[in-house]
Amino acid sequence: MTDQGVGARVIRKEDDRHLHGRGRFVSDISMPGLQDVAFCRSGIAHGTIKEIVKPVGNEDKVFVATDLKGVLPIIADSGIPGFKVSEFPALATGKVRYVGECVAMCIAPSRAEAEDIADQVVMNIEALPAVLDTHKARQSDSALVHDDWDDNLFLTTSIDGDIDTLAKTAPVQVTREFKTARQCMHPMEGKGVLAYWDFQAGQLVVHTSTQVPHMIRTALSEFLGLEQSMVRVTPPDVGGGFGYKCVLQPEEVCIAWLAKTYKKPFRWIEDRREHLTAGANSREHHYQMTAYADKHGRLLGLDAEISVSVGAYSVWPFTACIEAAQAGGNLPGPYDFSIYRCKTYSVATNKPPFTPYRGVARPGVCFAIELMMDAIAREVGRDPLDVRAENLVKGAQMPYNNVTGKHYDSGDYPKSLSKAAEMINAKDIRTQQKSVDASGRRIGLGFSTFTEQSAHGTKVFASWGLPLVPGFEQATVRLTPDGRLEIRAGIHTIGQGLETTLSQVAVEELGIDYDHVRVTLGDTASTPYSTGAYASRGMVMAGGAVSNASRELAKRIRKIGAHLMQCNETDVRLEGGRIHAGAASLSFADIGKAWYLRPEQLPDDVNTMGLEVTEGYKPDVDSGVFTYSTHAAVVAVDTETGLVEILDYVIVDDCGRMVNPMIVDGQLIGGAAQGIGTALFEETPYDAEGQPLSSTLQDYTLPGAAEVPHMKVEHFETPSPYSRYGMKGVGEGGAIAPPGAIVNAINDALQDMGVELTEIPATPHRILTAIMHAEDKKAALMEAVS
Amino acid sequence: MKPVDFDFEKSSDIKSALETLGNGEDVRKVISGGQSMGPMLNLRLVRPDMLVDVTQVRELCDVLDNGASITYGAATRHAAFEDAVVPDAAAGMMRSVASGIAYRAVRNRGTIGGSLAHADPAADWVTTTVALDAQFTLRNKNGQRNVAASAFFLGAFTTALGEGEIIESVTVPKLTADAAWGYYKICRKVGEFADASAAVVVDPKRQYCRVVMGALDGAPVILEDFADTLATRGRDALADLKDIVHNALPDASPVAVRQHEVALRRAIEQVYPS
Repeated sequence: MTDQGVGARVIRKEDDRHLHGRGRFVSDISMPGLQDVAFCRSGIAHGTIKEIVKPVGNEDKVFVATDLKGVLPIIADSGIPGFKVSEFPALATGKVRYVGECVAMCIAPSRAEAEDIADQVVMNIEALPAVLDTHKARQSDSALVHDDWDDNLFLTTSIDGDIDTLAKTAPVQVTREFKTARQCMHPMEGKGVLAYWDFQAGQLVVHTSTQVPHMIRTALSEFLGLEQSMVRVTPPDVGGGFGYKCVLQPEEVCIAWLAKTYKKPFRWIEDRREHLTAGANSREHHYQMTAYADKHGRLLGLDAEISVSVGAYSVWPFTACIEAAQAGGNLPGPYDFSIYRCKTYSVATNKPPFTPYRGVARPGVCFAIELMMDAIAREVGRDPLDVRAENLVKGAQMPYNNVTGKHYDSGDYPKSLSKAAEMINAKDIRTQQKSVDASGRRIGLGFSTFTEQSAHGTKVFASWGLPLVPGFEQATVRLTPDGRLEIRAGIHTIGQGLETTLSQVAVEELGIDYDHVRVTLGDTASTPYSTGAYASRGMVMAGGAVSNASRELAKRIRKIGAHLMQCNETDVRLEGGRIHAGAASLSFADIGKAWYLRPEQLPDDVNTMGLEVTEGYKPDVDSGVFTYSTHAAVVAVDTETGLVEILDYVIVDDCGRMVNPMIVDGQLIGGAAQGIGTALFEETPYDAEGQPLSSTLQDYTLPGAAEVPHMKVEHFETPSPYSRYGMKGVGEGGAIAPPGAIVNAINDALQDMGVELTEIPATPHRILTAIMHAEDKKAALMEAVS
Repeated sequence: MKPVDFDFEKSSDIKSALETLGNGEDVRKVISGGQSMGPMLNLRLVRPDMLVDVTQVRELCDVLDNGASITYGAATRHAAFEDAVVPDAAAGMMRSVASGIAYRAVRNRGTIGGSLAHADPAADWVTTTVALDAQFTLRNKNGQRNVAASAFFLGAFTTALGEGEIIESVTVPKLTADAAWGYYKICRKVGEFADASAAVVVDPKRQYCRVVMGALDGAPVILEDFADTLATRGRDALADLKDIVHNALPDASPVAVRQHEVALRRAIEQVYPS
């Protein structure tokens, strides 16, 4: 390796523009004649549309579903048997099914004027009973979200195991119910899309803030009835994705339709209120679980029922069942046990359509299994640290096929736990806890260990029954006449630093100077097809593709170099920014010049494919590579106010070979900040009619700088045997573990009071309620005794 | 989230500001620091025909030392209190309270008069000015009147301000040398509005003791009888606190009662440390 290649701590290429405020996002793009769009959104969770009245004089500025000629509803079917199909219209037809659903759109030269028109649109909607509660929605007397279904279940899945026999013999049984709140994702930049007609190219050009430009092109062409060659999707900078921008948005369909129909530029920029209502689309899980263990707390089996409130429609392409089905498959986590039974319910509700959020189902399952692990430890009277360590898959068992068939490729899970315990000074904390603070402040310690499947291969995705199965990844590298390198890949940059890390891969293979590499991502007109940036796949898949393309380019450069330096190809080395053979050397510019400008200097048998290479990549074993991690938290709980302070936070992570350790740290810490939000703050509650009660950031609490502690991060680098350089994905993991670690720490602090929380976010209200409940119980007991 | 179309005028003296504000023939609103008005405009909760900016109004920017009290122009910014650019009538209490209002960016622009006129029950100045027995000078085209803070707040976001009337200044009696104060609020995170707050001011020389609970569903609650007990018994009065808070907040949830009790106890403990 070089000091700029794989493993180097180079400064991100993206930093210069972003730190100077010179990034270019959708809302930075302007063009003559641009019209702004404001949507009229349903204020009713479930209702029949009686009439939509356009304002007199502005009829031509307002569009409803029937105006959208040629637009098909978004249908995301699943290949899994029993899945019920929903039709998600870009603008509501017949019924509205959640507060925030687009009903009409209004155009004007500015957003303010478009909102003035939207104000005058009358939406006459007759309310129906709203389906909100996951359990009530499953009952036979529930109202139906989709009238042509006979229940509210998108899908039910089940994994069977012989729990019944185990239940008769297992000495320890622990039953718990766990809940996670519905949440928003909050990328700093919300959604945004601008579309216009390019007469020269004969194309609809769409600038959209997306993680998946090529998929959006496929989807827009499908639902608008356009040939794919007539659509170009070219996303500018994207200010955070987290999954929010990995699906086709109805707003994208609407704006694309306007531009296609009127051949003029139109745009829509999501505001925070739209985000907090129509975008409240993740994390709402419910678990009913019983764990079976021996008297030392060794897990023998697990029985679970998981319900996910997936909202009104199936999103394209990830469908309405990805969350619950993944939850069922991932719940066993990093633990070694062999009997598992699980039923999952993907429940349709009158809430925004569920979209996979960083970690997808795993923040929920990790919370559930990690709290269960601590509950088992308390039940058998042992330290959760010891019980957890004994239940983890051991290093010597690798590769390990778990109870749901996941193939854990490498690593040492117990070692990550013991390292975290050492870094957080677990022993000291236990000593400190013995002296109880008179002020009502209690200290607690919690752990959370998980695996993160990343870079899933096509077979994994195909088994989820997606309408579009993510494929392999390709990338193009090209040497320019002046000896610089251009990389083009279809994956997109969404803040994860791919321009930097893909360059490092090229540097690793070509020895070219890092500053001489330029990266273009995501433009469907100039990059190979990619299903995009999600599921922690970018670095392994696109990195692998750049690596393969660079290796082929290196071969061609060596051939030309050998000819120019009059030596054997095998004697040519690419390093330190030059091409060497013995004492002689050439610059990359010499090679570029020979190929492009002085081809008469080339050998007769030169490869006429030239200095531009497109190659693809597929991991050797494509069942996914498993990053794993342990988070540990020390919290102080003020038992009088219910407030929680994180005193110390440790992350021990193993994502295999790190391409840029600074970027890995950024991913882990940023993810953990979001996880702290999930654990303590973030929640979209609804009233009985389905009105979201947190439609501004005053009501929806996000962690700020003061709530996110300094984190101590440690890395193991166990290379995956299956991927290029041994890399594993690391984009999501940071967000997975915090709820488990933090709530375990809270429960550890409060266990003497008889308090155990099982629901997140662990708000002061929930904590105080639990404490007061425990106090009442104690008081009643005292009374009974006396 | 864009405001409706409105006219905007920046006044430089109070006469023209009141003239522009009119008498309610159309919707005309005062904007000062804009830290509450801004979001309300964008959410279209307020749809004004005209906004009158008073931050440059001379009379609203003055600060006068009257000997026994200090008068702060309504457009005095939170940051001016925090940075001690203006004198503190309350022996450090106003400075301390100001430094805990929202975030510095908000404090740079937000004004004391704007916060009081907005009358969010969770706002720090609402509870604090009641605890300090501040007087507000209100002015309309026909003249001015003084209203005690305790009479000014009628409910959540509801005040004694009439049509075409603005807060001109806030007069705070000076605390004497041996006075003590306590202020405590419970917030979910730094900078958030409080879930419970309490202010206690004890000034024996002036025979003044006031105990106020804030961040309620309505206007701040003054615990008059309890203040007398506190003035006599000091920290020992804490024994009765639970019942007192419970009785003062009959409609609040048990969790809310607990939080208000804790906030109040901690404020009192600042005055009477153990």
